[in-house]
Amino acid sequence: MNAAGVLGMSPAILKRVYDSGAGAVVTKSLGPEPRKGHPNPTFIRVEGGAINAMGLPNPGAEYFVDEIKELKEMGVPVVASFFGGSVQEFADVAYTLSRAGADALELNASCPNVAKEMGMLAADATNIEKVTQAVKDETKLPVFVKLSSNVTNIKSIAKAAEWGGADAITAVNTVKAMAIDINMRRPILHNVTGGLSGPAIKPIALRCVWDIAQAVDIPIIGSGGITTGEDAVEFMLAGASVLEVGTAVMTHGFEVYKGINDGIAVYMEENGFKEVKEVVGLAQNR
Amino acid sequence: MHRTDKIRTVKIKKVNREAIDITTLYFEDETVRTGEPGQYIMVWVPGDDEVPMSISGIDEDGLSSITVRKVGITSETLDAMQPGDRIGIRGPYGNSYDVIGESPLIVAGGSGTASLLPLVKAFKSKGVTPTFILGGRSADNLLFEDELLELLGEKLVISTDDGSMGFNGYASGYAALLMDENHYDQVYTCGPELMMAKVFQETERRDIPTQASLERYVKCAVGICGNCAIGPYRVCKDGPVFNTEMLREVREEFGISHMDASGKNVRVNH
Repeated sequence: MNAAGVLGMSPAILKRVYDSGAGAVVTKSLGPEPRKGHPNPTFIRVEGGAINAMGLPNPGAEYFVDEIKELKEMGVPVVASFFGGSVQEFADVAYTLSRAGADALELNASCPNVAKEMGMLAADATNIEKVTQAVKDETKLPVFVKLSSNVTNIKSIAKAAEWGGADAITAVNTVKAMAIDINMRRPILHNVTGGLSGPAIKPIALRCVWDIAQAVDIPIIGSGGITTGEDAVEFMLAGASVLEVGTAVMTHGFEVYKGINDGIAVYMEENGFKEVKEVVGLAQNR
Repeated sequence: MHRTDKIRTVKIKKVNREAIDITTLYFEDETVRTGEPGQYIMVWVPGDDEVPMSISGIDEDGLSSITVRKVGITSETLDAMQPGDRIGIRGPYGNSYDVIGESPLIVAGGSGTASLLPLVKAFKSKGVTPTFILGGRSADNLLFEDELLELLGEKLVISTDDGSMGFNGYASGYAALLMDENHYDQVYTCGPELMMAKVFQETERRDIPTQASLERYVKCAVGICGNCAIGPYRVCKDGPVFNTEMLREVREEFGISHMDASGKNVRVNH
């Protein structure tokens, strides 16, 4: 799948992601109200990836209902990423998106670029359980909870999401970071800080998937710097059974999805694996 | 990491006032120097914004340029810039005009002329002198008139919406007339989207291959955020130049709607 926030603004582009080899697509994170997001610069490439501070721009869940329907009509499996400013808002948005016909929901509990109540909910185990529970009460759809690596103990957070009824854990969101322009002598991003993505965070994300796999029994969706088939296999061996790819589109274009699929297939063939589930978590049995 | 994506701080070397509300800023940058006609750069004005701007001059005595029309806070800041002031730039980004054809017609509207001047120079260096319609609201809004006249001579024709100079009416209407009278094998257009959509309608009717330079709300400029999407394309990366085939694919949005900062589709109004 594409990672939330990457190419997720419109049905036609998401269809192109799907046609490029993604098994499903993830929408931009949708909230209760339209949000313009932060002013530019919202994005800057850095060594090993990019830092963005989009600020959750989105047209609102209600507006996106038709766009989800359009994607479904084109035969594209859709994961609707969403957020809220309170437990009630998370639940309300989940309800709206369920009605739209999404196949699953991804609860964005870890955007690093917005006010605390909306973004870094994932830093608190009690909150994450409460919000997951509230969302699950409003929808029959599978709910994936997307976590941040910017926490002291990701195992306990993942466990809390599982207790709340999460059907899967997505790990991880971008890592809080910044860049300064030495000539202008000021932060480049308008929001000052942003989220680092790309190969630079791959080892961090991999460690998180590894830890979470030891803590929960539900599936894990790996995300963070995956660019090649080899990267994908690493995440699978750590315990991820689904993968999200985002920043690699910057360096490899839409072809990155097919490239990763092919890479996984070659690895499985060469190592005599028949099914993906044989590989998932295999490194844990060391 | 390629230098293209790194923000470079450049000093404004020279400022040229083109019209009441239009200014050209010249700067030196070895990467923009390698740009192609039709490409753009992201221009960072610290504290204000970062905006996409067509490259209006490529490697002229080592200098490159952007041409700014005052439309908002950021362009006002740029408009007031003096030699020695600094801006941040990254790029060049996007695709470029395909310089093809023996008898091209170029239709320019307002500040859209900025991306077409390098195209004219590319044609001239191939020994082709294109027909060029320079359109503007009135005689005061015509961009690069003198420079274009020098390059094109009588192949430069002018149209103004208020009839204060040249053809009285829209540049797209003038283009239709010229297309009836002459043979063109390629049409290029950059300017207000409604003008470009009209030009495309006319070229489709006559089956003339067309290249139009589109504008959308660009954030990342490297093709991953999706905010500048039109149809299945990203204006920042697959564009900004759309050929006939691409224009046909986006016909439900081209000249009709665009995404605002939040991703909502709103009406194209100019």
